[in-house]
Amino acid sequence: MLLTIDLGLIIEKLVLIIVVVMSSLVIAMYATYAERKVAAVMQDRIGPNRAGPFGLFQPLADGLKLFFKEEIIPNFSSKFLFILGPSLAMLTAMMTSAVIPWGDTITLFGREIHLQIADINIGILYVFGVVSMGVYGIMIGAWASNNKFSLMGGLRAASQIISYELAMGIALIALLMVTGTLSLKAMVVGQMDGIWNVIKQPLGFVIFIICVFAECNRTPFDLAEAENELIGGYHTEYSSMKLGFYLFAEYINMFVSSAVMVSLFFGGYDIPFLNDAHAVETYGQNWMAVWHIIMFLGKSFFFVYFFMWVRWTIPRFRYDQLMNLGWKKLLPLALINMLVTGAVILYFTTK
Amino acid sequence: MQALTSRAKPVDRRPMSLLERAYLPAIFKGMSITFGHMFKKAPTIRYPEQTRPFSPVFRGLHILNRDEQGRENCTACGLCAVACPAEAITMEAAERKAGEENLYREEKYAAKYEINMLRCIFCGLCEEACPKDAIYLSETFAPANFQRKGFIYSKDDLLIPNPVTEPEAYAKAKGGRVAVK
Amino acid sequence: MNVIQILFLFLSAVALGGAIMVVASKNPVHSILYLIITFFAISGHYILLNAQFLAIVNVIVYAGAIMVLFLFVVMLMNLNAESAPPQKNKYILYGGTIAGASLMLVLVSALKQTTQGNHRMLVNSGAGGLIENLGKVLFTDYVFPFEISSVLFLSAMIGAVVISKKEA
Repeated sequence: MLLTIDLGLIIEKLVLIIVVVMSSLVIAMYATYAERKVAAVMQDRIGPNRAGPFGLFQPLADGLKLFFKEEIIPNFSSKFLFILGPSLAMLTAMMTSAVIPWGDTITLFGREIHLQIADINIGILYVFGVVSMGVYGIMIGAWASNNKFSLMGGLRAASQIISYELAMGIALIALLMVTGTLSLKAMVVGQMDGIWNVIKQPLGFVIFIICVFAECNRTPFDLAEAENELIGGYHTEYSSMKLGFYLFAEYINMFVSSAVMVSLFFGGYDIPFLNDAHAVETYGQNWMAVWHIIMFLGKSFFFVYFFMWVRWTIPRFRYDQLMNLGWKKLLPLALINMLVTGAVILYFTTK
Repeated sequence: MQALTSRAKPVDRRPMSLLERAYLPAIFKGMSITFGHMFKKAPTIRYPEQTRPFSPVFRGLHILNRDEQGRENCTACGLCAVACPAEAITMEAAERKAGEENLYREEKYAAKYEINMLRCIFCGLCEEACPKDAIYLSETFAPANFQRKGFIYSKDDLLIPNPVTEPEAYAKAKGGRVAVK
Repeated sequence: MNVIQILFLFLSAVALGGAIMVVASKNPVHSILYLIITFFAISGHYILLNAQFLAIVNVIVYAGAIMVLFLFVVMLMNLNAESAPPQKNKYILYGGTIAGASLMLVLVSALKQTTQGNHRMLVNSGAGGLIENLGKVLFTDYVFPFEISSVLFLSAMIGAVVISKKEA
């Protein structure tokens, strides 16, 4: 026997991976619908309402349209890299969801199943690693397009992501000092029946959420696809489903980073004002897990909504403003936050 | 210099305070505005299902009128064509034969009557010029067409349905407008 | 042969193949992409050694940040086979070959003298690479070299700022 791993574990994880990937795809699909609806409602319009009741089939129609569009690959582009770009963007968008704790454990068929694909002890660093990989999807696609606007969009995206990664990392170090763990699961458990990390680290949270906006290339930091300057930005040359992958990856990123934010700062699947240990006894573990998942998704959806809300409120930053904000405001703020957190922890532990 | 409008405000060029430079209060203000708009009613009219009522003075496609017995009013006098500032109307007159009294009200009638809807500016001067109450502007649009010749409306397109033989179609074509005699 | 050995062989093949392609490929952008693949394979090796922290830091810092900057420079300068300076002097080629062969010789002889038994790798065991232990070791036993390297980084950063402020 080559593999001495429990077969049940493999099946369990496979099912979990498929469920997570499929549901994040569906959620991303309906996030496009939600984005249009939110935009419409905020601008006193109605939004998509023709395809199906309340326009609910609109994402399906959009997807079909993208599939049936003509696929154009520019003559002078590097074909392999041109295809690799959107695939990488999609892959990295999905990979982050591996370490997110969607809920506690459930017991099915006599097995205890953890609702998390992988609880690795460097969870949050893994998220960082994958996010830093996300740049390549954009950069490779931009370069392979052999178009100066694409290239400029790609360069903007890359420099923006690298710049904001620093402030984000340092804001998180302060959080790590508070929680004392890198595992997302352990962080959520630490917030259960306790104080959410957002109360312990308000400044860290503000820095983190701003950086997440920049990492996702969302307005007000969507300079990589500033239409009035760069045509379509890094995906100018893309058409058909390859364009769809880029657009889709953005929405998956949005959902996944909302989920990360929820598990880091907003107690993950913790239900506020409820004693979980007591509730598990009264309602049973499986029902509690279902409620946890609903709670987690609810919190994540709020942040997805928040992303859209901000998008339809705040205009795009100028490029120098973006860099100023990242390097001269957020980075020093994050450093100060880290120092103060360290000092406070030192004061309380040595007393 | 005198201000052009009473609402002109001088530009505030004072350096921003720390709170203003922090951006966040302004951002929250903006976000509260957009959030407030979520609860406002959309003024959209869902067109094919809902339509806006036309104004009572709306001037749309022309119709050629008939009297109560279904006889055409038009006598091809040409006053409408003369009044038309866009020169959209052409017509040819013909004499009424014996036995056609139930078709045409007077001895002369329009054998051919054409309006070019691409030239027409829907000013309604033809309606004003007509001494016989023969031409009216109705409450409909000229529908889109793929060819120019589709916009030249002949007498068949313009004539109102016969009130004697097709009363329902006549009532529909007449619309809700009160006839001005 | 167990799973770990198979993984080791696979990762080694990927790392070596990627490294060769870095040198062999004509297009600089492709070279960089192969280098990224090599970094990933090396990160895989770290994970096999149960050094998860090193693995992920390797990905974040090298594959994620430094290589992006490399890619930046290459893309902006639009380096390709035509823009490369023509290699006229063939003595450089001979010199390079001889130097490389000598280095290889030195490496092989150095490796031959080491006793293999002492250096067998701890595969998937040992907690030296885990973040808790690494942190403790860095801030107790090796605190001086750690701080020295941080000073080095600081001076490099200041140097970069000074160079970029030249015209002011």
